[in-house]
Amino acid sequence: MQETKTIRVLIAKPGLDGHDRGAKVIARALRDAGMEVIYTGLRQTPEQIVEAAIQEDVDVIGLSILSGAHNVLFPRVIELLREKGADDILVVGGGVIPHDDIPYLKECGIAEIFTPGTPISQIVEFIKNNVKK
Amino acid sequence: MFDKESLKKLEQEKTRWESTTVDKVIKKTPERHEKFYTGSNLEVDRLYTPLDVQELDYMKDLGFPGEYPYTRGIQPTMYRGRFWTMRQYAGFGTAEESNERYKYLLSQGQTGLSVAFDLPTQIGYDSDHPLAQGEVGKVGVAIDSLKDMEILFDGIPLDQVSTSMTINAPASVLLAMYIAVAEKQGVSADKLSGTIQNDILKEYVARGTYIFPPEPSMRLITNIFEFCSKHVPKWNTISISGYHIREAGATAVQEVAFTLANGIAYVEAAIKAGLDVDEFAPRLSFFFNAHNDLLEEVAKFRAARRLWARIMKERFKAKNPKSMMLRFHTQTGGSTLTAQQPDNNIVRVTIQALAAVLGGTQSLHTNSRDEALALPTEESVRIALRTQQIIAYESGVTETIDPLAGSYYVEHLTNLIEQKAMEYIQKIDELGGAPKAIEKGYIQQEIQDSAYRYQQEIESGRRIVVGVNKFQIEEEPPKNLLKVNPEVEKIQKKKLETLRATRDNIAVQNALEELSKKAATDENLMPSIINCVKAYATLGEICDTLRRVFGEYKATVTF
Repeated sequence: MQETKTIRVLIAKPGLDGHDRGAKVIARALRDAGMEVIYTGLRQTPEQIVEAAIQEDVDVIGLSILSGAHNVLFPRVIELLREKGADDILVVGGGVIPHDDIPYLKECGIAEIFTPGTPISQIVEFIKNNVKK
Repeated sequence: MFDKESLKKLEQEKTRWESTTVDKVIKKTPERHEKFYTGSNLEVDRLYTPLDVQELDYMKDLGFPGEYPYTRGIQPTMYRGRFWTMRQYAGFGTAEESNERYKYLLSQGQTGLSVAFDLPTQIGYDSDHPLAQGEVGKVGVAIDSLKDMEILFDGIPLDQVSTSMTINAPASVLLAMYIAVAEKQGVSADKLSGTIQNDILKEYVARGTYIFPPEPSMRLITNIFEFCSKHVPKWNTISISGYHIREAGATAVQEVAFTLANGIAYVEAAIKAGLDVDEFAPRLSFFFNAHNDLLEEVAKFRAARRLWARIMKERFKAKNPKSMMLRFHTQTGGSTLTAQQPDNNIVRVTIQALAAVLGGTQSLHTNSRDEALALPTEESVRIALRTQQIIAYESGVTETIDPLAGSYYVEHLTNLIEQKAMEYIQKIDELGGAPKAIEKGYIQQEIQDSAYRYQQEIESGRRIVVGVNKFQIEEEPPKNLLKVNPEVEKIQKKKLETLRATRDNIAVQNALEELSKKAATDENLMPSIINCVKAYATLGEICDTLRRVFGEYKATVTF
């Protein structure tokens, strides 16, 4: 019988935006879906997020942002993960993110962007199907 | 209001109606749900009659507009005299760009300004701070010094418009800048009217743009109360904000309860600082949300007004009627807007704005249809403003005061919301007041539970969001969204460089040192902050000075 490992997720709020309703709802829903979830709290720099992700040995990072700083902060997280050799961590993002920005973010290495209204079941499904570690 | 005899008769008749007329129909066509609920999860009965409002005492519970307990409105003639202030929240990019948008909005019939600041400004960082990277000018205008503020209000006479500023942790600094700009325009502080949000307690529970720990934060707030009561008498010194509490997931009942509990904390802090309640309470104002459940929202505004009047009179022994009036700004519910089928948001905003007007708001911001996607474009802001104007000029609901009063359902809900909110306030009192309840994480947990329940209701289909979990369509990504100029950060950095090279840096140092010394005493900090601002010390420098004395707040993380 093959042992299934519990998926570990870090939910993070990069930047200065303090609206974390979505981040917290997702954190709770992923926990209810059987994952181990860590939430960083507000105002995390990309450096702090990547450090926490490596220390906590997570499989997934979920980035949440509403302030419009995603094009700067999301790619920086990916860049740092690569530098640290931790790019096997699946990175997904969510928040108020215009459609036009999504192709660029995906090019940078964000696996998927979930905009408002996405059913949580879809996020759970995506993580389960795409987790790399 | 009803005699016992007729109520008894009514009760019998209602029972008869249910067992005969209703039962027959239900057997044939069952109701859509076994039970119905409001947005706040209060159960809704099939029908309301005088039986549901039999305890209502007209003079005690409703009274007349402009009179205690102000349930029917705070002004004797309400919108028959003058409409609410139409105040669209706006600001992005540089001070120059925002100035242009303000002038556009004023030319379109907006009657007050409402300034959105970017996040670095709201958290007291200059645009060249490492943490400001990517955030400059994004969700609001970037203000680094008095120079930016001068540009922001260039050509806008500050004795003729009222300005609301969404600024909390560094509110005293931005107010100081506003006073300084006015002075340069030749307008004295006693002519200024407007509002600073200045509500730090809700930042800890819902919005997250705090800087200092609660105690020095409360001191800055009471300093403003005191300073303005003497020098800026027409200024609303705080806007106690339920808006963000609601956006974070609270129900309508929780919005009223937690907002008024925070209000109680500010009143207590000011009294503790030695102020007389009637000296500052007339300048307290409130800020509420309006969601889609129209009648519950109307009831919410009425309940909040009555509850605050009772709290001020009975708990704080206020004597001035103005201390008992709950005056409020309303913004329609940002979190109710959907990225899917964005034009549907125009309809949602209309319902929400109508609730605010039927609830007796003093000023209103209507959200734009594209706000679930980006900052609004000029065109979508215009539609949002037109929505208010159509309600004001065409709908007819403004011609009489509090037109829904006496509706068995609305009065019943008003009573119920007041009662449920009071239960929360008592619970918060037991925990030692709002600051303690926040420290213990109680309020945050209650809000998070509601947010999660709401999401589960959508997931399960129990709650329908049109275009999201029902009536979906395949759609093209929307076009013509507003893009903030990516050069803003560079422009602001350049401005800062020039400022630091050209100002009198010794004067700046002296002003900052003076502030640092005063911060360590109990003295009012407003005069020192005004001095710093006038010397062109930057927002970041002023806040850093206070950070060194006060320390920074670290939140405990729960979900």
